[in-house]
Amino acid sequence: MPETAMPETIEKISVTLKVNGKEYQRLVEPRMLLVEFLREELDLTGTHVGCDTTYCGACTVLMNGASVKSCTTFAVQADGAELLTVEGLAHNGELHPIQKAFGDAYGLQCGYCTPGLLISTYQLLEHNTSPNEKDIRKAIAGNTCRCTGYQNIFKAIQLAADNRKGA
Amino acid sequence: MYPRSFHYHRAKSLQEAAAMLAQLGDQAKLLAGGQSLIPLMKLRFANPAHLVDLNFIAGTSYIHSEAGVGEGGYSETGVSEGGVLRFGALTRHAEIENSALAATVPILHDCAAGIADVQIRNRGTIGGSLAEADPSGDWACVLSTLSTEVRCLGASSPERVIPLSEFILDAYTSALQPDELVSEVMVKIPVKGSGGAYLAFKRSAPVYPTASAAVQLTMEGDRCTDVAIALGCVGLTAIKAKDAEAALRGQTLNDKALAAAGEAASAAAEPQDDMRGSADYKRALVGALVKRAIAIAARRAHGEQVEVSHIYA
Repeated sequence: MPETAMPETIEKISVTLKVNGKEYQRLVEPRMLLVEFLREELDLTGTHVGCDTTYCGACTVLMNGASVKSCTTFAVQADGAELLTVEGLAHNGELHPIQKAFGDAYGLQCGYCTPGLLISTYQLLEHNTSPNEKDIRKAIAGNTCRCTGYQNIFKAIQLAADNRKGA
Repeated sequence: MYPRSFHYHRAKSLQEAAAMLAQLGDQAKLLAGGQSLIPLMKLRFANPAHLVDLNFIAGTSYIHSEAGVGEGGYSETGVSEGGVLRFGALTRHAEIENSALAATVPILHDCAAGIADVQIRNRGTIGGSLAEADPSGDWACVLSTLSTEVRCLGASSPERVIPLSEFILDAYTSALQPDELVSEVMVKIPVKGSGGAYLAFKRSAPVYPTASAAVQLTMEGDRCTDVAIALGCVGLTAIKAKDAEAALRGQTLNDKALAAAGEAASAAAEPQDDMRGSADYKRALVGALVKRAIAIAARRAHGEQVEVSHIYA
């Protein structure tokens, strides 16, 4: 079925937001998705587009402390928000302890899903310092790994939690 | 994937959002959690010319309890007789999942904690779920086993309160007028001695269930005195399994009663063949889910803490 005529002129919307502690302001089309905004407007290409259908979670970012699929959020909705993307995890050239744990436990193969999994893990450990097996499985249920490396991802999250407690 | 271009409007209040709907006409859609609407727009199955964003309106996300005795308010449908839980339309599934107040009605926690995945629960809203009236939506199925009312706000009409059974009319069709929106969802707290459970069978977390069953029942000893059973994803709307309810009401909950209820539930289902499974398969599945949910609901009615999670293929 043909789509109806394009609306005349679409007013662009100003978006001001903080990403990884840095403030940005851009004028965007309302239909621009948050993931495209991060990748194309801000050059933060660590956040990946996987399925682009709200399934795989490769595009997961933290928005005001809550993980969201940035392929299923418009950039205009993040106006005034504070975001954390995978680029914001490392500090002064040092990997974040969650990133280290993924390396130490071989919690990645091709690495495509990893940015989303790191953010989902970050969200889990913010709310739950001693996650059990069920908590971990539930926390990453929205993140798909096509290499099917779930066992090591699971171990990496466990290790990150253990390290955090030991620290 | 980009949706078709649209004009973006940020409402400052629910009243203003309703007024925008009235002004912009049928080319406008409301954006709540967006976890169904945005994917549909990206696939260009939905092409609204205007989006009215509700997410910047303060005070639309809350869970309140109200002791209802003698307080009036929702008397037309009797909700005021008991306590009421009131959910702001934009209350996210995750907020309900993590709410101790909502957990006092365990079936509400089952539902909220089982919807899709963490990221989607952080965005999706209870009001949006009901207004969308997706045949596979979890909330409509669960809330139809409780006494639930939907508060609707219109631009040109007085506010009205509609029982959920009259709110969802058909697949993707609610009783909302073109300039109306959902402002609040009100759920009567079940009586003491009542327990419920919601079980969904899913292929993976982010997808809709293949079939689901919600059961809320009241026990006196081992006899079931009252029961409501609803089936999800096996019809154009959630289906109240009245024959299955009749098979339990007044009965001792033994294997025979459970089997009769399961069979009646299977018979009440109206599933279709699709990628999630054949109609026959879903019919058998929903009967089994009903039996399991009854058993858990009965244990909870007796005060037992039972943790429930959805079942994966």
